[in-house]
Amino acid sequence: MMNTLTLGHFLSLGAILFALSVVGIFLNRRNLIVLLMAIELMLLAVNTNFVAFSHYLNDMHGQVFVFFILTVAAAESAIGLAILVLLFRAKSSISVDELNTLKG
Amino acid sequence: MSVTTGLFYAFSAVLLIAAFRVITARNPVHAALFLVLTFFQAAMIWMLLKAEFLSITLVLVYVGAVMVLFLFVVMMMDINVENLRVGFWNHFPLAAAVGVVIALEMAAVLLGGFRVIDDPAAANNAIGGPSNTQQLGKLLYTEYIYPLEIAAAILLVAMIAAIALTLRARKDSKYVSPGDQVRVKAQDRMTVLKMDATQEAPAPLPPEAAAPPETKA
Repeated sequence: MMNTLTLGHFLSLGAILFALSVVGIFLNRRNLIVLLMAIELMLLAVNTNFVAFSHYLNDMHGQVFVFFILTVAAAESAIGLAILVLLFRAKSSISVDELNTLKG
Repeated sequence: MSVTTGLFYAFSAVLLIAAFRVITARNPVHAALFLVLTFFQAAMIWMLLKAEFLSITLVLVYVGAVMVLFLFVVMMMDINVENLRVGFWNHFPLAAAVGVVIALEMAAVLLGGFRVIDDPAAANNAIGGPSNTQQLGKLLYTEYIYPLEIAAAILLVAMIAAIALTLRARKDSKYVSPGDQVRVKAQDRMTVLKMDATQEAPAPLPPEAAAPPETKA
Protein backbone atom coordinates (compact mmCIF):
# COMPACT_ATOMS: atom_id res chain seq x y z
CA MET A 1 0.00 0.00 0.00
CA MET A 2 2.82 2.38 0.85
CA ASN A 3 4.50 1.72 -2.45
CA THR A 4 1.95 3.29 -4.75
CA LEU A 5 0.87 6.87 -4.48
CA THR A 6 -2.87 7.22 -4.37
CA LEU A 7 -5.01 10.30 -4.65
CA GLY A 8 -5.48 10.04 -0.90
CA HIS A 9 -1.80 10.73 -0.24
CA PHE A 10 -1.90 14.06 -2.01
CA LEU A 11 -5.24 15.01 -0.48
CA SER A 12 -3.88 14.18 2.98
CA LEU A 13 -0.88 16.39 2.32
CA GLY A 14 -3.25 19.20 1.39
CA ALA A 15 -5.31 18.56 4.52
CA ILE A 16 -2.27 18.68 6.81
CA LEU A 17 -1.04 21.86 5.15
CA PHE A 18 -4.47 23.42 5.56
CA ALA A 19 -4.59 22.41 9.23
CA LEU A 20 -1.12 23.90 9.76
CA SER A 21 -2.21 27.22 8.32
CA VAL A 22 -5.32 27.22 10.54
CA VAL A 23 -2.99 26.74 13.53
CA GLY A 24 -0.88 29.57 12.15
CA ILE A 25 -3.89 31.90 12.09
CA PHE A 26 -4.59 30.97 15.72
CA LEU A 27 -1.00 31.58 16.81
CA ASN A 28 -0.27 34.76 14.87
CA ARG A 29 -3.54 36.48 15.59
CA ARG A 30 -1.67 39.75 16.25
CA ASN A 31 0.81 39.79 13.41
CA LEU A 32 -1.10 40.80 10.31
CA ILE A 33 1.69 40.00 7.88
CA VAL A 34 2.05 36.39 9.04
CA LEU A 35 -1.74 36.11 8.86
CA LEU A 36 -1.48 36.98 5.15
CA MET A 37 1.22 34.33 4.76
CA ALA A 38 -1.02 31.73 6.44
CA ILE A 39 -3.76 32.59 3.96
CA GLU A 40 -1.28 32.00 1.14
CA LEU A 41 -0.50 28.57 2.65
CA MET A 42 -4.21 27.74 2.73
CA LEU A 43 -4.57 28.63 -0.93
CA LEU A 44 -1.56 26.46 -1.69
CA ALA A 45 -3.19 23.49 0.07
CA VAL A 46 -6.40 23.98 -1.91
CA ASN A 47 -4.44 24.27 -5.14
CA THR A 48 -2.59 21.04 -4.37
CA ASN A 49 -5.93 19.30 -3.99
CA PHE A 50 -7.09 20.68 -7.33
CA VAL A 51 -3.94 19.53 -9.12
CA ALA A 52 -4.12 16.07 -7.52
CA PHE A 53 -7.74 15.59 -8.56
CA SER A 54 -6.95 16.87 -12.02
CA HIS A 55 -4.14 14.33 -12.39
CA TYR A 56 -5.92 11.28 -11.02
CA LEU A 57 -9.27 11.92 -12.70
CA ASN A 58 -7.45 12.84 -15.91
CA ASP A 59 -9.35 16.09 -16.27
CA MET A 60 -7.58 19.29 -17.27
CA HIS A 61 -10.31 21.58 -15.96
CA GLY A 62 -8.90 21.31 -12.46
CA GLN A 63 -5.63 22.83 -13.59
CA VAL A 64 -7.45 25.68 -15.33
CA PHE A 65 -9.11 26.39 -12.00
CA VAL A 66 -5.74 26.46 -10.25
CA PHE A 67 -4.62 28.99 -12.83
CA PHE A 68 -7.49 31.31 -11.93
CA ILE A 69 -6.96 30.80 -8.21
CA LEU A 70 -3.33 31.83 -8.64
CA THR A 71 -4.47 34.99 -10.45
CA VAL A 72 -6.94 35.98 -7.78
CA ALA A 73 -4.49 35.13 -4.98
CA ALA A 74 -1.84 37.36 -6.53
CA ALA A 75 -4.32 40.23 -6.77
CA GLU A 76 -5.48 39.63 -3.21
CA SER A 77 -2.01 39.67 -1.73
CA ALA A 78 -1.07 42.82 -3.67
CA ILE A 79 -4.08 44.73 -2.35
CA GLY A 80 -3.69 43.22 1.12
CA LEU A 81 -0.08 44.37 1.33
CA ALA A 82 -1.04 47.83 0.06
CA ILE A 83 -3.64 48.10 2.84
CA LEU A 84 -1.04 46.84 5.30
CA VAL A 85 1.37 49.60 4.25
CA LEU A 86 -1.38 52.21 4.67
CA LEU A 87 -2.20 50.80 8.09
CA PHE A 88 1.42 50.93 9.14
CA ARG A 89 1.66 54.56 8.01
CA ALA A 90 -1.40 55.50 10.01
CA LYS A 91 -0.73 53.54 13.21
CA SER A 92 3.01 52.75 13.11
CA SER A 93 2.08 49.20 14.04
CA ILE A 94 0.56 46.13 12.38
CA SER A 95 -0.93 44.62 15.49
CA VAL A 96 -4.50 43.46 15.02
CA ASP A 97 -5.26 44.44 18.63
CA GLU A 98 -4.92 48.12 17.78
CA LEU A 99 -7.54 48.01 15.03
CA ASN A 100 -10.36 49.13 17.29
CA THR A 101 -11.11 52.56 15.86
CA LEU A 102 -14.54 51.45 14.63
CA LYS A 103 -15.50 49.95 17.98
CA GLY A 104 -17.22 53.12 19.17
CA MET B 1 9.28 1.85 -2.76
CA SER B 2 9.47 3.49 -6.13
CA VAL B 3 11.43 6.64 -6.81
CA THR B 4 8.30 8.73 -7.21
CA THR B 5 6.95 7.60 -3.86
CA GLY B 6 10.23 8.39 -2.16
CA LEU B 7 10.35 11.81 -3.74
CA PHE B 8 6.78 12.46 -2.67
CA TYR B 9 7.57 11.71 0.97
CA ALA B 10 10.79 13.76 0.88
CA PHE B 11 9.11 16.79 -0.66
CA SER B 12 6.13 16.50 1.67
CA ALA B 13 8.35 16.34 4.73
CA VAL B 14 10.29 19.45 3.76
CA LEU B 15 7.07 21.21 2.79
CA LEU B 16 5.40 20.55 6.13
CA ILE B 17 8.49 21.48 8.15
CA ALA B 18 8.86 24.72 6.18
CA ALA B 19 5.16 25.50 6.61
CA PHE B 20 5.50 24.95 10.35
CA ARG B 21 8.46 27.33 10.46
CA VAL B 22 6.44 29.93 8.52
CA ILE B 23 3.81 30.09 11.22
CA THR B 24 6.24 29.97 14.16
CA ALA B 25 9.20 32.04 12.94
CA ARG B 26 10.08 34.93 15.22
CA ASN B 27 11.30 37.19 12.43
CA PRO B 28 8.82 37.95 9.61
CA VAL B 29 11.69 37.95 7.10
CA HIS B 30 12.49 34.35 8.06
CA ALA B 31 8.81 33.50 7.75
CA ALA B 32 8.76 34.91 4.22
CA LEU B 33 11.89 32.96 3.25
CA PHE B 34 10.43 29.72 4.65
CA LEU B 35 7.30 30.45 2.65
CA VAL B 36 9.51 30.58 -0.45
CA LEU B 37 10.85 27.13 0.45
CA THR B 38 7.30 25.88 0.93
CA PHE B 39 6.31 27.10 -2.51
CA PHE B 40 9.34 25.44 -4.09
CA GLN B 41 8.45 22.09 -2.49
CA ALA B 42 4.83 22.47 -3.57
CA ALA B 43 6.01 23.16 -7.11
CA MET B 44 8.03 19.93 -7.00
CA ILE B 45 4.98 17.99 -5.83
CA TRP B 46 2.90 19.46 -8.63
CA MET B 47 5.68 18.35 -10.97
CA LEU B 48 5.20 14.80 -9.65
CA LEU B 49 1.53 15.20 -10.55
CA LYS B 50 2.58 16.11 -14.11
CA ALA B 51 1.29 19.66 -13.92
CA GLU B 52 4.46 21.15 -15.36
CA PHE B 53 3.06 24.47 -16.49
CA LEU B 54 1.39 25.26 -13.18
CA SER B 55 4.43 24.14 -11.25
CA ILE B 56 6.66 26.57 -13.11
CA THR B 57 4.00 29.26 -12.87
CA LEU B 58 3.94 28.77 -9.10
CA VAL B 59 7.67 29.39 -8.91
CA LEU B 60 7.56 32.37 -11.28
CA VAL B 61 4.46 34.09 -9.93
CA TYR B 62 4.74 33.27 -6.24
CA VAL B 63 8.46 33.12 -5.60
CA GLY B 64 9.28 35.69 -8.24
CA ALA B 65 6.57 38.25 -7.65
CA VAL B 66 4.37 37.76 -4.61
CA MET B 67 7.09 36.72 -2.18
CA VAL B 68 9.36 39.54 -3.33
CA LEU B 69 6.47 41.89 -2.63
CA PHE B 70 6.09 40.35 0.83
CA LEU B 71 9.80 40.77 1.50
CA PHE B 72 9.70 44.39 0.33
CA VAL B 73 6.84 45.18 2.68
CA VAL B 74 8.37 43.32 5.63
CA MET B 75 11.69 45.07 5.20
CA MET B 76 10.10 48.47 4.59
CA MET B 77 8.21 48.45 7.87
CA ASP B 78 9.95 48.85 11.15
CA ILE B 79 7.99 46.24 13.08
CA ASN B 80 8.39 45.73 16.78
CA VAL B 81 8.38 41.94 16.77
CA GLU B 82 8.51 41.48 20.52
CA ASN B 83 5.20 43.29 21.00
CA LEU B 84 3.56 40.98 18.50
CA ARG B 85 4.96 37.88 20.17
CA VAL B 86 3.47 38.56 23.61
CA GLY B 87 1.36 35.56 24.56
CA PHE B 88 2.29 33.77 21.35
CA TRP B 89 2.05 30.28 22.85
CA ASN B 90 -1.02 31.01 25.00
CA HIS B 91 -3.43 29.76 22.39
CA PHE B 92 -1.20 26.93 21.24
CA PRO B 93 -3.06 24.08 23.01
CA LEU B 94 -6.38 25.11 21.50
CA ALA B 95 -4.83 25.75 18.10
CA ALA B 96 -2.98 22.43 18.11
CA ALA B 97 -6.15 20.59 19.11
CA VAL B 98 -8.16 22.22 16.33
CA GLY B 99 -5.38 21.58 13.81
CA VAL B 100 -4.97 17.93 14.76
CA VAL B 101 -8.73 17.36 14.63
CA ILE B 102 -8.96 18.96 11.18
CA ALA B 103 -5.99 16.99 9.85
CA LEU B 104 -7.11 13.64 11.31
CA GLU B 105 -10.70 14.01 10.15
CA MET B 106 -9.72 14.98 6.65
CA ALA B 107 -7.03 12.29 6.43
CA ALA B 108 -9.49 9.63 7.65
CA VAL B 109 -12.04 10.60 5.05
CA LEU B 110 -9.55 11.12 2.26
CA LEU B 111 -7.33 8.08 2.79
CA GLY B 112 -10.38 5.86 3.18
CA GLY B 113 -12.40 7.25 0.31
CA PHE B 114 -9.91 8.05 -2.41
CA ARG B 115 -7.79 5.01 -3.15
CA VAL B 116 -7.52 6.03 -6.78
CA ILE B 117 -4.28 4.78 -8.29
CA ASP B 118 -2.67 6.39 -11.28
CA ASP B 119 -4.42 5.04 -14.34
CA PRO B 120 -1.79 3.64 -16.72
CA ALA B 121 -4.29 3.65 -19.56
CA ALA B 122 -4.60 7.41 -19.40
CA ALA B 123 -3.02 8.34 -22.67
CA ASN B 124 -3.33 12.08 -22.22
CA ASN B 125 -0.13 12.48 -20.27
CA ALA B 126 1.81 9.84 -22.16
CA ILE B 127 5.01 10.71 -23.98
CA GLY B 128 4.24 11.89 -27.46
CA GLY B 129 0.80 13.21 -26.63
CA PRO B 130 0.02 16.90 -26.36
CA SER B 131 2.02 18.50 -23.58
CA ASN B 132 0.52 19.79 -20.38
CA THR B 133 1.07 23.38 -21.47
CA GLN B 134 -0.58 22.75 -24.81
CA GLN B 135 -3.64 21.15 -23.23
CA LEU B 136 -3.96 23.96 -20.71
CA GLY B 137 -3.56 26.61 -23.39
CA LYS B 138 -6.19 25.02 -25.60
CA LEU B 139 -8.68 24.98 -22.74
CA LEU B 140 -7.84 28.50 -21.60
CA TYR B 141 -8.20 30.13 -24.99
CA THR B 142 -11.34 28.31 -26.10
CA GLU B 143 -13.63 27.19 -23.34
CA TYR B 144 -12.35 29.60 -20.69
CA ILE B 145 -11.74 32.70 -22.80
CA TYR B 146 -14.25 34.90 -20.93
CA PRO B 147 -13.00 33.89 -17.46
CA LEU B 148 -9.48 34.57 -18.74
CA GLU B 149 -10.47 38.11 -19.74
CA ILE B 150 -12.13 38.63 -16.37
CA ALA B 151 -8.93 37.45 -14.69
CA ALA B 152 -6.99 39.99 -16.72
CA ALA B 153 -9.41 42.72 -15.64
CA ILE B 154 -9.04 41.63 -12.00
CA LEU B 155 -5.27 41.93 -12.27
CA LEU B 156 -5.58 45.41 -13.79
CA VAL B 157 -7.99 46.52 -11.06
CA ALA B 158 -5.67 45.11 -8.39
CA MET B 159 -2.71 46.95 -9.85
CA ILE B 160 -4.53 50.29 -10.03
CA ALA B 161 -5.96 49.79 -6.54
CA ALA B 162 -2.59 48.99 -5.02
CA ILE B 163 -0.99 52.03 -6.67
CA ALA B 164 -3.85 54.36 -5.75
CA LEU B 165 -3.82 53.16 -2.14
CA THR B 166 -0.13 53.65 -1.55
CA LEU B 167 0.58 56.67 -3.77
CA ARG B 168 1.69 59.65 -1.73
CA ALA B 169 2.11 63.05 -3.45
CA ARG B 170 4.83 65.30 -2.09
CA LYS B 171 3.41 68.33 -0.37
CA ASP B 172 6.07 70.72 -1.66
CA SER B 173 5.94 69.70 -5.30
CA LYS B 174 4.80 72.35 -7.80
CA TYR B 175 2.39 71.34 -10.47
CA VAL B 176 -0.28 72.78 -12.76
CA SER B 177 -3.76 71.34 -12.70
CA PRO B 178 -4.48 69.96 -16.16
CA GLY B 179 -8.16 70.90 -15.83
CA ASP B 180 -7.31 74.56 -15.31
CA GLN B 181 -4.84 74.38 -18.14
CA VAL B 182 -7.43 73.08 -20.59
CA ARG B 183 -10.11 75.53 -19.49
CA VAL B 184 -7.97 78.63 -19.95
CA LYS B 185 -9.10 81.21 -22.56
CA ALA B 186 -7.20 83.82 -24.56
CA GLN B 187 -8.52 86.63 -22.35
CA ASP B 188 -7.02 84.96 -19.28
CA ARG B 189 -3.59 85.02 -20.79
CA MET B 190 -3.48 88.60 -22.21
CA THR B 191 -5.40 91.74 -21.35
CA VAL B 192 -5.52 94.65 -23.83
CA LEU B 193 -5.54 98.01 -22.05
CA LYS B 194 -6.92 101.13 -23.74
CA MET B 195 -4.47 104.00 -23.38
CA ASP B 196 -3.43 107.07 -25.28
CA ALA B 197 -0.77 106.78 -27.90
CA THR B 198 1.22 109.62 -26.36
CA GLN B 199 1.40 110.63 -22.75
CA GLU B 200 2.75 113.64 -21.08
CA ALA B 201 5.69 112.94 -18.87
CA PRO B 202 4.92 113.76 -15.20
CA ALA B 203 6.46 116.99 -13.98
CA PRO B 204 9.61 116.41 -11.95
CA LEU B 205 8.84 116.63 -8.21
CA PRO B 206 10.44 119.35 -6.14
CA PRO B 207 13.11 117.94 -3.76
CA GLU B 208 11.15 118.84 -0.57
CA ALA B 209 8.06 117.01 -1.85
CA ALA B 210 10.06 113.91 -2.66
CA ALA B 211 11.53 113.57 0.83
CA PRO B 212 8.46 112.51 2.92
CA PRO B 213 7.72 109.25 1.06
CA GLU B 214 11.32 108.25 1.63
CA THR B 215 10.99 108.49 5.38
CA LYS B 216 7.69 106.69 5.30
CA ALA B 217 9.26 103.80 3.53
